[in-house]
Amino acid sequence: MPSSKADIIAQLQRDILPLQGFKPVAGNIGFDGGLGFIKHAFPNASFPLGAMHEFLCRSTEDVSASEGFVAGIVAAVMQKGGVSIWISSTGMISPPALKAFGIEPDNIIFIYLKKEKEMMWAMEEALKCEGIAAVISETPEISFNASRRFQLAVEQSRVTGFVIRHNPKNMATTCVTRWKITSMPSDSEIGLPGLGFPRWDVSLVKVRNGTPGNWQLEWAGGRFRHVVKQSAAIHEIQRKAG
Amino acid sequence: MTMRFASIWFRHLVTDWFAVRQPALRNTAFVVTDLSHGRMIVTAANALAEAQGISCGMVLADARTIIQGLQVVDNKPDLVGRLLKRIAEWCVRFTPIAAIDLPDGIVLDITGCSHLWGGDEPYTKDILMRLNSRGYDVRVAIADTIGTAWAIARYGKQALIIENGKQYEALLSLPPVALRLERETIERLQKLGLRQISSFINMPRSALRRRFGSHLITRLNHSLGVEEEIILPVLPVVTYQERLPCLEPIVTATGIHIALQRLLETLCQRLQQEGKGLRIANLQCYRVDGKIEQVGITTISPSHHVKHLFTLFEAKLATIEPDLGIELFVLEAPTVEEHVATQQKIWETTVGLDHVNLSELIDRLTGKFGADAIQRFLPSEHYWPERSVKPATSLKEQKTIEWKLDRPRPIQVLLTPEHIDVTAPVPDYPPMNFRYKGKLHKIIKADGPERIEQEWWIQQGQHRDYYAVEDEEGCRYWLFRSGHYNEAYQWFIHGFFA
Repeated sequence: MPSSKADIIAQLQRDILPLQGFKPVAGNIGFDGGLGFIKHAFPNASFPLGAMHEFLCRSTEDVSASEGFVAGIVAAVMQKGGVSIWISSTGMISPPALKAFGIEPDNIIFIYLKKEKEMMWAMEEALKCEGIAAVISETPEISFNASRRFQLAVEQSRVTGFVIRHNPKNMATTCVTRWKITSMPSDSEIGLPGLGFPRWDVSLVKVRNGTPGNWQLEWAGGRFRHVVKQSAAIHEIQRKAG
Repeated sequence: MTMRFASIWFRHLVTDWFAVRQPALRNTAFVVTDLSHGRMIVTAANALAEAQGISCGMVLADARTIIQGLQVVDNKPDLVGRLLKRIAEWCVRFTPIAAIDLPDGIVLDITGCSHLWGGDEPYTKDILMRLNSRGYDVRVAIADTIGTAWAIARYGKQALIIENGKQYEALLSLPPVALRLERETIERLQKLGLRQISSFINMPRSALRRRFGSHLITRLNHSLGVEEEIILPVLPVVTYQERLPCLEPIVTATGIHIALQRLLETLCQRLQQEGKGLRIANLQCYRVDGKIEQVGITTISPSHHVKHLFTLFEAKLATIEPDLGIELFVLEAPTVEEHVATQQKIWETTVGLDHVNLSELIDRLTGKFGADAIQRFLPSEHYWPERSVKPATSLKEQKTIEWKLDRPRPIQVLLTPEHIDVTAPVPDYPPMNFRYKGKLHKIIKADGPERIEQEWWIQQGQHRDYYAVEDEEGCRYWLFRSGHYNEAYQWFIHGFFA
């Protein structure tokens, strides 16, 4: 029977997921990371906690966009309390701005390191530390070995890791999801002058056992909001009017 | 900075102590005796007995013939030492460095202390008053050197407080015994008619050394402040210390590991019993050739967790050079804080700032990268962007004000604002475009200006007019103009919005 065959396949898929490191943690089922319906792109229809997420950036502007996006997710992860660690090589991350994304900046420990080797060591130590909510690292280069070590560490400790990579050379790394976030022109709803809410073009390039996709999101009122795609023509009119 | 020392002389230390404990003795002549070579010897006599001619070292039978009905108290073993130690420890209220000066005094290093009492005069008065109220008859003198303070306390006729650098003048009229010399030297000086320090202090040093030995020169130098005198504080600076002497010198890494493990276990057990945790620990390895190898660790919150502390040390043990071998390991914890172990819930899945997991992680990171690399920030009450956050001093420090949300702040801020070329309509419209790192950005939308003034009580300079702008690609920047448009002004980029 076709229906029973589909059931068997679904059951098998569910059985395979824990073997691949997607252990459902009590209380995390259906957790969306603040992303709303995008959670259906992930396995188990929940944002993978205790996993490595990678963000690829081409420019400093992209890094900012990725940091904002990550901050929004981390805020949801830290809802239940806890502390996060932010490892930065540039030292440009500004704590007061994180408050706007729903994070209490004093609950974040910042680590400023320059050398890649040191960052790898610090990142692994932090990822191994059980109970920490999230570890965010702005590291351009990660070796394949290091990325595998990170993934093994987080499967053990259930810490969620985010790596923001600016112009990486090595693309062969292990991660559960890989994203590209770029800024989009903002839009104030009633066409007022000035800047609107931060808006991003979010593409989920790779997700293990899930379905990649592309969405437009903006950070409004302390949460992610899905933006319906608008035609460029409207923008043109507004620009002329403005 | 000149050193200042106070010397406290207890005239009748032992008898005063007995008089305090047995008030009946207070108004009678009494002596303290000790058994020596089958005779009872007077070791201390109170003021009343001394007035009638009894002195220390007399045989008790002789003393009894001088005073009828002399009260006699048996001495206690090592009473003077214990008494002085206790008083010296008590003297920590006056200065952290107090040392015993056997047989009848205490030396205080009061450098930088007496001004808290309003000068040397009230300082000595306070010491005198407190000790007198406890029943001790004392003389206190203050001088730049221990030797002069000692001499003035015991033999000084006039002022008990010697001003800075006046020790030479103060010593002149004193007898040679005030220099703390050996008995023979004093006798020889006496024989030669040198009854005052002034009569030989100006003699050539080589002649003095030839006739009286180098000890006299050393003592003179001590008293005049030419040579520094070392005192041994009664309260050792480090109270938490463990020692591990080795029968055979240790040369292997395994040996050092075992030694460290053992020392940590004993130290941590003691800390745990006293409800304390260490913040700083040093391991000193005394080598056979007399050199000391040392490694140290710090922790962000008090800890007596052996395994964790061992991990911290382990990373640094490689720097120890055993050479011919290490014969003594000393582990000391100079900084120790109260540490009450809070019970952790085993089902608790997240850690807070006070969780042991986090502090141990930070310790490991600090040990490798130094404390500067690890920061936690709190809001600070300044509008000036560079000063709007301050580093927290500890994990426990709470924010005193809320994080501000009313103004947009970029998520990435340049450490120093970078100069940009801008086309902007005057007087204070946002720019139309700007060039940054060779790329021209056409501005589509802008917010501002938000003027932030200099805090004149901290720093002088021009104010900043901040604009949040968005270019045609949707990238958002934080720009500012420094100064008014009609004066010398410049445009800068300061940050990137998400």
